[in-house]
Amino acid sequence: MKINNLKELKAFSAKSTNALDNQKKKVLVCAGTGCVAGGSIEIYNRIRELIDAHELLVDLELDYEKEGIGVKKSGCHGFCEMGPLVRIEPENYLYLRVQFEDCVEIVEKTLINNEPIERLMYSAENRIYKAQEDIPFYHKQTRMVLKNCGSINAESFAEYVAKGGYEALSKVLFEMKPDEVCQSIIDSNLRGRGGGGYPAGRKWAQVLRQDSEVKYVVCNGDEGDPGAFMDRSIMEGDPHGVIEGMLIAGYATKSTAGYIYVRAEYPLAVERLRIAIEDARKHGLLGKNILNSGFSFDININKGAGAFVCGEGSALTASIEGERGMPRVKPPRTVEKGLWQKPTVLNNVETFANVPLIIKNGSSWFKGIGPENSPGTKAFAITGNVNNTGLIEVPMGTTLREVIFDIGGGIKDGKKFKAVQIGGPSGGCLTEEHLDLPLDFDSLKKVGAMIGSGGLVVMDEDTCMVEVARFFMNFTQNESCGKCVPCREGTKRMLEILEKIVEGKGTVGDLDLLEELADTISSTALCGLGKSAASPVASTLKHFRKEYVEHVVDKKCVTHTCKALGSIVIEKEKCKGCSKCARLCPVQAIVGKVKEPYTINPDKCIKCGACIEACAFKAIKEA
Amino acid sequence: MGNMIIDGQIVEFNEEKNILAVIRKAGIELPTFCYHSELSVYGACRMCMVEDKWGSTLTSCSTPPKDGMEVWTNTEKLKKHRKMILELLLANHDRDCTTCEKSGRCKLQEIALKVGVKKIRFGQEKKEMPVDDLGPSIVRNPNKCILCGDCVRACQEIQGVGVLDFAYRGSKLQVTTAFNKALHQVDCVNCGQCRVVCPTGALMIKKDMDRAYEALQDKNKRVIAQIAPAVRVAIGEEFGMEPGAITMGKIVAALRKLGFDQIFDTAVGADLTVIEEAEELMDRIQNRDKLPLFSSCCPAWFKYAEQKHPELMDNVSSCRSPQQMFGVVIKEQFKKLYKDDRKENIVIAIMPCTAKKFEAARPENKTGGIPDVDMVITTQELAIMIQENGIVFNELEDEALDMPFGFTSGAGVIFGVSGGVSEAVLRYYYKERTAAVLQGISYSGVRGMEGVKEATAEIDGQKVRIGVAHGLKNAENLIKKILRGEEKFDFVEVMACPGGCVGGAGQPIPQNNDVRRKRARGIYKVDTASPIKRSEDNPAIEALYEGVLKSNREILHRHHK
Repeated sequence: MKINNLKELKAFSAKSTNALDNQKKKVLVCAGTGCVAGGSIEIYNRIRELIDAHELLVDLELDYEKEGIGVKKSGCHGFCEMGPLVRIEPENYLYLRVQFEDCVEIVEKTLINNEPIERLMYSAENRIYKAQEDIPFYHKQTRMVLKNCGSINAESFAEYVAKGGYEALSKVLFEMKPDEVCQSIIDSNLRGRGGGGYPAGRKWAQVLRQDSEVKYVVCNGDEGDPGAFMDRSIMEGDPHGVIEGMLIAGYATKSTAGYIYVRAEYPLAVERLRIAIEDARKHGLLGKNILNSGFSFDININKGAGAFVCGEGSALTASIEGERGMPRVKPPRTVEKGLWQKPTVLNNVETFANVPLIIKNGSSWFKGIGPENSPGTKAFAITGNVNNTGLIEVPMGTTLREVIFDIGGGIKDGKKFKAVQIGGPSGGCLTEEHLDLPLDFDSLKKVGAMIGSGGLVVMDEDTCMVEVARFFMNFTQNESCGKCVPCREGTKRMLEILEKIVEGKGTVGDLDLLEELADTISSTALCGLGKSAASPVASTLKHFRKEYVEHVVDKKCVTHTCKALGSIVIEKEKCKGCSKCARLCPVQAIVGKVKEPYTINPDKCIKCGACIEACAFKAIKEA
Repeated sequence: MGNMIIDGQIVEFNEEKNILAVIRKAGIELPTFCYHSELSVYGACRMCMVEDKWGSTLTSCSTPPKDGMEVWTNTEKLKKHRKMILELLLANHDRDCTTCEKSGRCKLQEIALKVGVKKIRFGQEKKEMPVDDLGPSIVRNPNKCILCGDCVRACQEIQGVGVLDFAYRGSKLQVTTAFNKALHQVDCVNCGQCRVVCPTGALMIKKDMDRAYEALQDKNKRVIAQIAPAVRVAIGEEFGMEPGAITMGKIVAALRKLGFDQIFDTAVGADLTVIEEAEELMDRIQNRDKLPLFSSCCPAWFKYAEQKHPELMDNVSSCRSPQQMFGVVIKEQFKKLYKDDRKENIVIAIMPCTAKKFEAARPENKTGGIPDVDMVITTQELAIMIQENGIVFNELEDEALDMPFGFTSGAGVIFGVSGGVSEAVLRYYYKERTAAVLQGISYSGVRGMEGVKEATAEIDGQKVRIGVAHGLKNAENLIKKILRGEEKFDFVEVMACPGGCVGGAGQPIPQNNDVRRKRARGIYKVDTASPIKRSEDNPAIEALYEGVLKSNREILHRHHK
């Protein structure tokens, strides 16, 4: 059914809100990629089936009048560590690690008899957390952009509208001129969430100023950092939020078409966006003369082909055009000549998702959150050696300590915090001394790191920083487009040197050469990704130089991560001479007489560790 | 318009598109691998970086000049980065410099010397990718490629052919063809413009010198040379002369020293082409049949047309190229002339062109299984032969061509430059023999270096519209207009290389518009000095039409299939 004008939109919204209220209870089964992998779709189907058997199931779109229980597939709730997740409203219970077998109990106990199931709830230090917002993981978060993720049906247009969706669009279409929209985004000081932190409103105003009949709005959903899934979750959980943000950008810059460039590795995001675009089109919120305002705009989805570099603006537009994804030199900038040589607004998913909120609540509301120069919130994907991995959203300026220890629940297995890699392969590592640093664009820049798109990989004391640098360099080298010499050849040589070091063949001179290479790459590479390609090495060299020196001088890896550097020894006192290890050793490196202590020949040993596992007396260990 | 401060000196700029051009104007030679003024800005080699007053580095090739802008071109920081970048490039490069054909002409070698890379601290990996030398014109050695992308852009931007592109990522990046096929298996037209821009030995002319030496030493072979017009105004560059220096007499002398038995001018072949093509055109205009007529003398264009525009093949002239006309005619003539001796006649064409090698090998250019032109030696190969044999080119006394084809017309010589075919054909139509008429033709619009030229002539009260394109991308644009009905021509001359044959890929490098213009000027000088201006006035031609061609004129035409 097409919505032809503002009046009809308001009526549709009222009707949908009413229908949503009629769902006296709502079951939101997380259908983000993580929980889906954990079997959440089967859980969803099972709960529906059970409720339907009680004749209590109501779907928003199918029955606007009937009262009952709504069961929905929602976007990512964020607490991925504990998935599959099921949220029950209005009580806001959050059930964790739900299994297929739990469904009957959930329906009978909680939905029919209003009883909580405590064994499925989060508990810590003898306390059971019933309501989701009380759980420490959620308690310190400010979920604005992720608000809908986990609280609405990600595939329902009506539900998005019922929650106030497309109100911001109607506000700009009927109450604001394009330059006023740009100005209010400028006033809000919304900075690009893709990593660069360039003020979005300024970008829009520049595109608006361009004298061109055709202009484009491009949404960068090519989130390629290892361990990052903020944008994916937004696209999966609140696709209409992204679409609405793009529509507002289109109106503000007088553009007529939009493209969402999504990684093909995100099939669920592509599917949810496709459904959302089709629904928006069907209801007249995309297409010609939207709500009879005279504004026309439509959106296409482009799937990426798996290149990290396509997250760079000019490589991304080249890829949409069907060319090889390689960054080009600037000028001209994307705002002047972007997609198909036309002025183009290019922002990332999270940036667009912020836009409807700013329009609805005003720039000063937005500016009131977080520090003045980096207002708003930021979504982070927190992974690694931390207790609560998942997707979080906090006000800019929140400290690393709060994120890792309060929200993330501290380091796993009671180990010591060592470092956190922020901003993916383009970012750097931060250490203990930075724990009280506020997370915002400028503070991080000052210490040589960057917020990037928001990946946080937490590392404990057992992590070898040289190996971390090697890991990221391997990634960067594989993903370099190969266009400019410093990135193509420089990263290759850095990787070569790092591989040498972790194999115990490094020299002190190699450290200087690494620094020299890092300097040339960061000063001369063509694109932003190239310029920052050496950052993980440069920052680990800066903060953990001692560890590098240990590798090249003492030939020692204190964390025992670099196998080539360690040696395996048998403790004479503990060895009973049972000969089990010697029989197991694949290279016959262990020799000795039965009932006397055995020894390992270090020249033969390949450090596979089979003997350590086999020894019943714990006599063998890495030294 | 404005002033920039370069290394503390005030430098004025006007039309320069980037600060690199302004810097070079100021007399500072910044090294570059991927910058060519005639190709799009690519910005990948990072050698042309400069430092601004805030200490940031920027590539001068991609930065437009601004009034008051201040840059430094040679700070310690920049020198350090340049050295490192070169070191990285060299570490990855096949360093067989002493045996490399490109040695002495290699940009990588030259710049490494200038920048002063003394040591390579990275291990060299020997790349062992197969060398593609299967085609007739170009040898591609990926082991010597530094991935500057110049060839990719030349093929795409000048020719619109695009058989070369990048494949793979990171350090596995390669310039290659689709599915890594050999160049002769893809739509390569053999124009060789890729090799003109290649800074290293990754793209080279396929050499036929050994075959030539073999023929020259064989007592049972009569080796006949034909020299294309564009060779005489370019080969001097290999010996330190200015582009455009006319050295025909020296070339003849050198060829005699090398052992050639008979030496002729391909311009005679061009004269034949003029007459045949002009009559073909007149015939079509009178019958309003299959117009426009496209020229057929450029083998790269001809292959392009076959591949891209089979629908236009009926419009392409049936004339063989001057090289092939002359080859077939010489062999016919000599068969008669020396019918009693047992010597085999071998025709070697000295050409500015790599595609001519391909043309000579085409099956339709053979008579009884024997090629009409046995082999093609490019200007560069001839220069190498001269050097290899210790001939001091600059000191050679001029010598004259052999008879009976010792005469040439100016019309035949101007074939060597874009617009020359059209001008020669027009001369054939204007029967009035005054200097004013000739000058009128030369000013009609056919001359010059613009990519697409148009001219209108009035012949016997009939307006004839002529289009001239050089560079296949320009030709494609013109063809599109013709096919859409936006342009109407009677005759279209197409040359694949910029500037026509003077800009051929067999010519000395470097090449740019300035060099090509000077060579063209040399060609027009030869024309001015020539007592015979029109093809039909060449006495050798008359003799041919009365002789071997009398009942055999169709040997000058090919049968397209």
